Amino acid sequence: MTGKTLYDKLWDAHVVRREDDDTALLYIDRHLVHEVTSPQAFEGLRLAGRQPWRTNTVLAVPDHNVPTTDRDRGIADPVSRIQVETLQDNVTSLGITFFPMSDVRQGIVHVIGPEQGATLPGMTVVCGDSHTSTHGAFGALSVGIGTSEVEHVLATQCLLQKKMKNMLVSVDGKVGPGVTAKDIVLAIIGEIGTAGGTGCAIEFGGEAIRDLSMEGRMTVCNMAIEAGARAGMVAVDQTTIDYVKDRPYAPRGEHWEQAVAAWRELKSDPDAKFDHVVHIDAAGIQPQVSWGTSPEMVAPIGGRVPDPALSGDAVKTRGMERALEYMGLQAGMPVTDIQVDKVFIGSCTNGRLEDIRAAAQVVKGRRVAENVKLAMVVPGSGLVKQQAEQEGLDKVFLEAGFEWRDPGCSMCLAMNADRLEPGERCASTSNRNFEGRQGLGGRTHLVSPAMAAAAAVAGHFVDVRDMN
Amino acid sequence: MEKFQRLTAKVAPLDRSNVDTDAIIPKQYLKSVKRTGFGPTLFDDWRYLDPGEPGMDHSQRRQNPDFVLNDPRYQGAQVLLARKNFGCGSSREHAVWALTDYGFRAVIAPSYADIFFSNSFKNGLLPLVLDEAIVDQLFNEVLAEPGYQLTVDLEAQTVETPSGERFSFQVDPFRRHCLLNGLDDIGLTLQHADDIRAYEQKRGAEAPWLFPA
Repeated sequence: MTGKTLYDKLWDAHVVRREDDDTALLYIDRHLVHEVTSPQAFEGLRLAGRQPWRTNTVLAVPDHNVPTTDRDRGIADPVSRIQVETLQDNVTSLGITFFPMSDVRQGIVHVIGPEQGATLPGMTVVCGDSHTSTHGAFGALSVGIGTSEVEHVLATQCLLQKKMKNMLVSVDGKVGPGVTAKDIVLAIIGEIGTAGGTGCAIEFGGEAIRDLSMEGRMTVCNMAIEAGARAGMVAVDQTTIDYVKDRPYAPRGEHWEQAVAAWRELKSDPDAKFDHVVHIDAAGIQPQVSWGTSPEMVAPIGGRVPDPALSGDAVKTRGMERALEYMGLQAGMPVTDIQVDKVFIGSCTNGRLEDIRAAAQVVKGRRVAENVKLAMVVPGSGLVKQQAEQEGLDKVFLEAGFEWRDPGCSMCLAMNADRLEPGERCASTSNRNFEGRQGLGGRTHLVSPAMAAAAAVAGHFVDVRDMN
Repeated sequence: MEKFQRLTAKVAPLDRSNVDTDAIIPKQYLKSVKRTGFGPTLFDDWRYLDPGEPGMDHSQRRQNPDFVLNDPRYQGAQVLLARKNFGCGSSREHAVWALTDYGFRAVIAPSYADIFFSNSFKNGLLPLVLDEAIVDQLFNEVLAEPGYQLTVDLEAQTVETPSGERFSFQVDPFRRHCLLNGLDDIGLTLQHADDIRAYEQKRGAEAPWLFPA
């Protein structure tokens, strides 16, 4: 018998029943809920007269619509306010755990799940949000779902799933100094493309991934969806177990010992077969900057904006031309010549303490450049914010001319008041550079927190490795 | 859910690859707590020249004459012809609700993003996959022939062109069954409630930390 991949093991452990084809009913251990994709699901339950199957697996939090300033005044936009209030009404009436905006534990759903120990190795985790892939960093099977599926999981604790293919992305060797998890994942997407992982669960492996902290692994798995994969994952090791220990929702005592023993098996067997294997040389990865309107459109900081004419594919050339036009860039220009108007440090990709520390290290003792209209740091959760403040990082940013905000999704998708104006160019630590993502006509360049901080200080993209 | 069996309808060609769900329905409309009413803001940033906000009368906004859905010849289209990796990005089911609310019943593309693909089947929208070369051919035919229609037959798993040329497509048998009969997934799953309880018993013994009191 051939060995199993990590994904095979997680899948097999959660099959409730197999349908006739390769579709199965999978049991869901953790359901994270936010205000945007859940109201229609709760309404659907009510209309059908159904009760949730198991409410103590659900954790709910508002994050997309919440303001990042003047919280004590509530939410100014009445439409956003209704959505957040609807979440609160829906979950509190059912006894679901809820962290309101006033709670220090509130934050981006993908930051607080792991922070609270609500995300555990070996779990199946779902959320009506594509960046649910983040939680796979813990050796969990974690997928983003639509609202109909949110309703399905609420009603049945299960999800109908077709088994995905197994893909291994191995980042071999060590990255150089100044190269972060964000650079690794952008380089991977640049290599395999935004549909490179479609239909697959990607396991990220190799020395460079094992060397990452849990925060870094979450950054990588977070963007698996940007490579088309609904699930990304990393095998469990001591780094995973150390992170989970003593978190509020983590098991304790005898259960902890039992859980750790089971979690240590959560890795692919040496003889496991993958449908696709991609090897990437870690030493070749430079800090990355996206130049276009798809996360696969990336260039190393030392590189140039590519020439669409050289793509060798007519549809791709048209896409690149459109992207350059939208982004207001010329083919062949050095990436370091691109000036920025705004800088956003935050999001479920890069809103954790390690990210904020990395940015602060670059900013310390420097000033935001004159041409930068707004540089902001939006911590991923209230607890991240609190910890950063205990370390004095808020002062580092404020003294440099950054704004220090309250936690939420903020300008990653601009559902609240934080957004780009038409034509504005942003160095952003978020995950999507789609047209209009950060505001109608806004231009997004995806970078790591250290590179965003460096751009804020220089006023244009610059190699953070040259700044020390 | 509305059944999908057989449809003969006009086709609108959207000649872009990697169309993301942010483009299909921009974020400001996701603040709605309803499933309906997203049609007028489908492809909002491409379809209108002025910025849109929830609550506006979208019929009074300035339309972008260069956008395909504003071309009079494609009015009433129920089939959207698209390029590869359609529906990538965010999991927002609002993207599917916007397409169906506008009037689309089927999308034809060489490939889809996984979550969009799955969401479509839950809402009576058939995302069907044809080879890139066939999709190319269909683009050429739609552009050449005003009033061009396709017949999509889910029972037979075929797409038929006006000239009678037929292409067959694959679809997962379970999803096909649900769509043909307009079945509610939740109802089907709850028929297996005993299996779910049996799983919980067994799993609870193996991994008790997942079942705290």
